[in-house]
Amino acid sequence: MTTPTVETTTSDHEDGPGGVERRRFLGYVLAGTTLAVAADLSLGTPKAMAAIPSAPQISDVYDLEDLQTDAALPTSALISITIRENGTAHFEFPRAEVGQGIITSTAMIIAEELDLPVRRVEVTLAPARPELLLNQLTGGSNTTFSTYTPVRVAAALARQQLLAAAAIELGTTADRLVTIAGVVRDPLTGQSRSYGDLAVSAASQVLKTVEVALRPEKDFKVIGKPHSRLDAHDAVTGAKRFTTDLKVPNALPTMVCRAPQHQGTPKRLLNRSQILRMPGVTHVAQVPTGIAVRARTFGQCIDAVRAMRVEWNAGPADGQSDATVLKALRAAELPLVVPSTPLTQTIDVDVAFAFRSSAALETYSAIADVRPDRAEIWAGLKVPILAQQNIAQMAGLPQDKVKVHVITSGGSFGHKLFSDHALEAATISKAMGVPVKLMWHRADEPRQGRLHPMATSRVRASILAGQVVSFEQRHTSVVTDFSHGLGEILTSTADELPTGLGGYGFSQSIFLLTQQLPYNFGVVTQLLNETDGAFKTGSMRNIYSPDVAVAAELAIDQIAKALKVDPVEFRTAHLKDPRVVKVLETVAKAGRWGRRLPKGVAQGVAVHKEYKGCTAVLVELDCRPTTVNRDLGPETVTGPRVTKAVIAVDPGLVINPRGLEAQMQGGFMDGLALTLTSSCHLRDGKFLEASWDNYFYTRQWNVPPQVEVHIVDSGVTTPGGAGEAAVGTSAAAVACAYARATGRIPEMFPINHGTISFKPKTFVPPIPPAPTNGLKTAR
Amino acid sequence: MPKQTFILNGEKVTVTVEDDVRLLWVLRDILGVTGPKYGCGINVCKACTSHINGKAFNPCSVRVGDLQSDDEVTTIEGLADTAPGPGLHPMQKAWIDRDVAQCGYCQPGQIMEAVALVRRLQKEGRPLRESDFDSIRNICRCGTYTRIREAIEQGARAMGRS
Repeated sequence: MTTPTVETTTSDHEDGPGGVERRRFLGYVLAGTTLAVAADLSLGTPKAMAAIPSAPQISDVYDLEDLQTDAALPTSALISITIRENGTAHFEFPRAEVGQGIITSTAMIIAEELDLPVRRVEVTLAPARPELLLNQLTGGSNTTFSTYTPVRVAAALARQQLLAAAAIELGTTADRLVTIAGVVRDPLTGQSRSYGDLAVSAASQVLKTVEVALRPEKDFKVIGKPHSRLDAHDAVTGAKRFTTDLKVPNALPTMVCRAPQHQGTPKRLLNRSQILRMPGVTHVAQVPTGIAVRARTFGQCIDAVRAMRVEWNAGPADGQSDATVLKALRAAELPLVVPSTPLTQTIDVDVAFAFRSSAALETYSAIADVRPDRAEIWAGLKVPILAQQNIAQMAGLPQDKVKVHVITSGGSFGHKLFSDHALEAATISKAMGVPVKLMWHRADEPRQGRLHPMATSRVRASILAGQVVSFEQRHTSVVTDFSHGLGEILTSTADELPTGLGGYGFSQSIFLLTQQLPYNFGVVTQLLNETDGAFKTGSMRNIYSPDVAVAAELAIDQIAKALKVDPVEFRTAHLKDPRVVKVLETVAKAGRWGRRLPKGVAQGVAVHKEYKGCTAVLVELDCRPTTVNRDLGPETVTGPRVTKAVIAVDPGLVINPRGLEAQMQGGFMDGLALTLTSSCHLRDGKFLEASWDNYFYTRQWNVPPQVEVHIVDSGVTTPGGAGEAAVGTSAAAVACAYARATGRIPEMFPINHGTISFKPKTFVPPIPPAPTNGLKTAR
Repeated sequence: MPKQTFILNGEKVTVTVEDDVRLLWVLRDILGVTGPKYGCGINVCKACTSHINGKAFNPCSVRVGDLQSDDEVTTIEGLADTAPGPGLHPMQKAWIDRDVAQCGYCQPGQIMEAVALVRRLQKEGRPLRESDFDSIRNICRCGTYTRIREAIEQGARAMGRS
């Protein structure tokens, strides 16, 4: 395993190592048969919402100053850790694992405070817990930031209680005991008790409020050390279970025949009896999103969907195409207000971004069993509480009669913030009166699934006497749907938002709270305007930032060029934060910025600051014809090739460097695709893409042969976000390299959007036939 | 309804199902063998990649009726048994060692493709080259490609030793 390099820099953060006195926190010992401890999930949530999305503050920060002993304190918003008699610790995590590695990193945090081997910490995903309000949203790279302190408090408290129980059994005092790898030992007598031995005696009959101190960062033995994923063995043996792998009795395969147009709706099925007679088919039902069919196998569902003759209503985007949407965006662009004077030099960058699909490799899928008096759902869901509410409303059930199981997902990238799949499965189950295992066809995803909205981004910078005096950015986007809960979080915490946001809608607020231009450029304004949507949109791995960063960083290169200053030197001189300078210097050095390259090959560099951390990316992009025109067969998009990528990240406190490195590598592949290859084309209300041979996400032949990740340690003691951090920086670095290699800034991203490199697949029926030549293509 | 017989992970299986149902659904929906994943159903994403008689293939694109009763189908669940000695296949070990998987959904297919690639190279008697990665069409939407490359290099070396 290559371990990413770790570089250290000093920082004078007030809660840094050796700084202020250790804070003490309150936790709870719960009543139970074995030891169960808990902490309030809002512990450690900062009072000022510096970035969205932070969790809503159910209650204030519980440190000693705020001590209010209240025996009746509601325990409903707690997260709890249980010590079992077999010596393991169990934590039910109110977040969704979608591949980002939070189960592993959270087990590491528990192991650290509890002195238990990571392997003996079991972290499972909690079902929907409505009492947590919206503190059960996995998004915005916020998981570790928002749960780090409460998880530590609970684990530290468990250790404290185990020590107390052992002290009684061993006839000593807790301060004379030590904990090592799940065992409490008395170093004087050599006597010991395992956590398993103590699980029952440490248990409490009643709820108690107890004070606990956390382990000082300098003593960390697990946090900060590389750890492999806890589910790695299951992932490589096929044992890891995703939603469609689950065996729920009688939940037979179910698919939906969907309209040719985006969000079109069914009028009626014309050949219902014929479909019902097809092999394997058990049920057919019309639902708002199409005609559902349930059969013995998914293969028979596919055959039935293809055989359906359906009359459709047009979708809301009827008649619209890329060109009409772009025209509407242009018309909605907010004006740039800084006047041009004879003394100023003006730099303008104006780029557009196509629709993109946030679909994961696991298509939308959900199991639903809706009965007259109750419902049960299994799905990958990042906001299970809203899924539960929506399904309860649809089924006419009280919310507590809907059980929502959160299943580990085959990727999310923002897609599973929405509960479209769970709600559709529940609707079908209700209509058919039987349990269903719903799976979307791949073709359904880009055509009917969530899309990252088309947008334009205009930047104007003014230079006066060699200084940048203003930097204006106007981002104009098809509206992004935030109905998955981010909007509600903003509403619920509206009073706590930084001033100056009053009067903006949700999207504008989120835009302003996520965009941080890290440069000193005089008057800086970054504003968002939106056009009304006929589209099903959502945020895709990093909301607005990738597009905003691409336009901004392209403009910064243009400013540097106008001032005849090297792009790295120019950025360094204007960056506000030494942490950002450090990551930039790291990539410039490691990537040998400025080295001589052949004509048609260029370096590009970009920085980005968000989610309590910052990243820099340097790439080398080969735009020479021999590379661009590589022919690797049909429907294989090659084009310019990044030959080397160097990424530096300062995420604040690093929990698991191995997981962080993986997130940087994956984020890079996303950014690369955004700039060079992946987009959806809209023609007359229909999206042309229907599979991975149309939607060109990064493939092996696009992957840089050399990818380096450098982790920069700035001494910050709170963890930031990792899941999205590298996407915008990577997209921007590749865009800057492209502009430098070719001498032009593309009007539209990805750069290949103007060419349709495939033959669109069938719209009626809406899904392509399954091939039969699989034995001939064995290799 | 016709009976379909083939060898699955070393054992003879017989299933009663129509000839034209694709093997992927016979494996997943009827036999409950869920290692091969659905990602497209049209032999593009390669998430279902398994082996037939030792070669990589995609069961989403094979009618079960086209199998012969002595055809040996190996899914990720049966891969370890095809390597000498106890424990995992060397390619699976390399995958764990490089901590490749993120969400893990594509990884069974990636591993099966990698094993078949190395077997091809062994047959051709040549080492793994950078350009060989271009022949791997398996999508990983988490973008684990860099570690996949490292794991294949390591797995190839280990397969050469075994």
